[in-house]
Amino acid sequence: MSLVQEMNERALALGVPLGVHLDVTYRCNERCIHCYLEHDDHGEMTTAEIKDVLNQLAEAGTFFLTLSGGEVLMRRDFFEILEHARRLLFSVKIKTNGVMIREVEARRMRNLGVEQVQISIYSRRAEIHDAITKLPGSLKRSLEAIRFLKSQGLKVTIANVLMTANLGEHDGVQALAGELGVSYTLDPTITPKIDGDTSILNLRISGIELNEVFHNKNLVGNVEEFCAPPPPPGDDVMEGLPCSAGHTAAYITPYGDVFPCVQFPLPSGNLRRQKFIDIWRESPELNDVRSIRAKDLPVCSACSHVGTCTRCPGLAYMEGSMRGPSTADCQKSFHRTGIPSANMLRKTRTSGPLIQIQSLVE
Amino acid sequence: MTEKYIARSTAIAARMLGGEMMIMSAVDSTFFTLNQVATAIWQAADGRTPLAEIVARIVCEEFDVEPEVARRDAEQFVDELAQHGILLVSDRPFENPPVEAA
Repeated sequence: MSLVQEMNERALALGVPLGVHLDVTYRCNERCIHCYLEHDDHGEMTTAEIKDVLNQLAEAGTFFLTLSGGEVLMRRDFFEILEHARRLLFSVKIKTNGVMIREVEARRMRNLGVEQVQISIYSRRAEIHDAITKLPGSLKRSLEAIRFLKSQGLKVTIANVLMTANLGEHDGVQALAGELGVSYTLDPTITPKIDGDTSILNLRISGIELNEVFHNKNLVGNVEEFCAPPPPPGDDVMEGLPCSAGHTAAYITPYGDVFPCVQFPLPSGNLRRQKFIDIWRESPELNDVRSIRAKDLPVCSACSHVGTCTRCPGLAYMEGSMRGPSTADCQKSFHRTGIPSANMLRKTRTSGPLIQIQSLVE
Repeated sequence: MTEKYIARSTAIAARMLGGEMMIMSAVDSTFFTLNQVATAIWQAADGRTPLAEIVARIVCEEFDVEPEVARRDAEQFVDELAQHGILLVSDRPFENPPVEAA
């Protein structure tokens, strides 16, 4: 077990929110077609409020802090926030589109000891990337930012969200990451908007395309291993936790709302009314999330994928129940292994003819 | 023997978890967990107190360790953390105090 895994195990046992994702703003200079956020400012936390939240997180034991948005640099006080976070010795990861990062900003991030910067790139072709961000010139600016950050010695990751609008572009982006000497991640997940609007889900790639992604050795490494049928689940699986959301991880909106995860918009408290530690320990919503075990899932506990599925309780919540299946993850399990999920089989059964006609004469 | 002064680097992430200090180097992302004795040395690394005094006052007294063993272990620990840029070592006191211990 690695030291980080050990740290996670210990945090879980102690009930420590080891990793927190804090969106400092929802404002953004891009208008990505797949974005799940609404960009108007409805009363973001002030600098003083955010610093106080950071103090509370340090006190609660948070180690990994992700600062994201919106676009983090839309806040004029971003470096003041970052400086405070580093003074509190968080390991800080920044998620940004990089458009506002020039040499000066890159140097400040390096000097402040930022652990990693993640920048979204959707294609190496400007006509595709800029059409997704709806910001002309954004690819050029984002790539310049990556070079500035790299030249400062910072660790950079290119995050590539895969959708219908950039299908077939991932090979190019992955090659670009190699040329730039940065890490690369690909995510085919398009989530509903945070307010529940599902209109952007039509950007999800089809099953056939998902299948191709999962069988691409450049993306998944050992295809045979990655796409292997799931082994029969043992007791440890059935007693297992769905993910770290609400257990060792939490999400905070720019308005101080606390959710179990950025992808799990279950309102669990607000930092303008309560202390973080009180929400973390006492919130009935978070305690409900913590009570879920694989064996309690009404559909998924009977699924052959239960031990290997990436089932996201947040996506399931947005589909109607945090204990229910997440259709997007059912699709992933199916297209990875070729074995339909219990949820898919259930839907096939219930979508049969409503009336069966049978001859009275045998 | 020259006096050694140790100061916590700012190029780290650190947090106390269950009585042990977790430290990650921002330079090379190396991860460390410090046991209670090492954590005590880390927290005392204010850049102004000589290492010998830290060992005598904290390690020997609080953890009941023989002075020679404590000195040897502490120097080894300091050397290792210094190699990863997690502790700064000098033969004179540091002018600027280090960051707050987590």
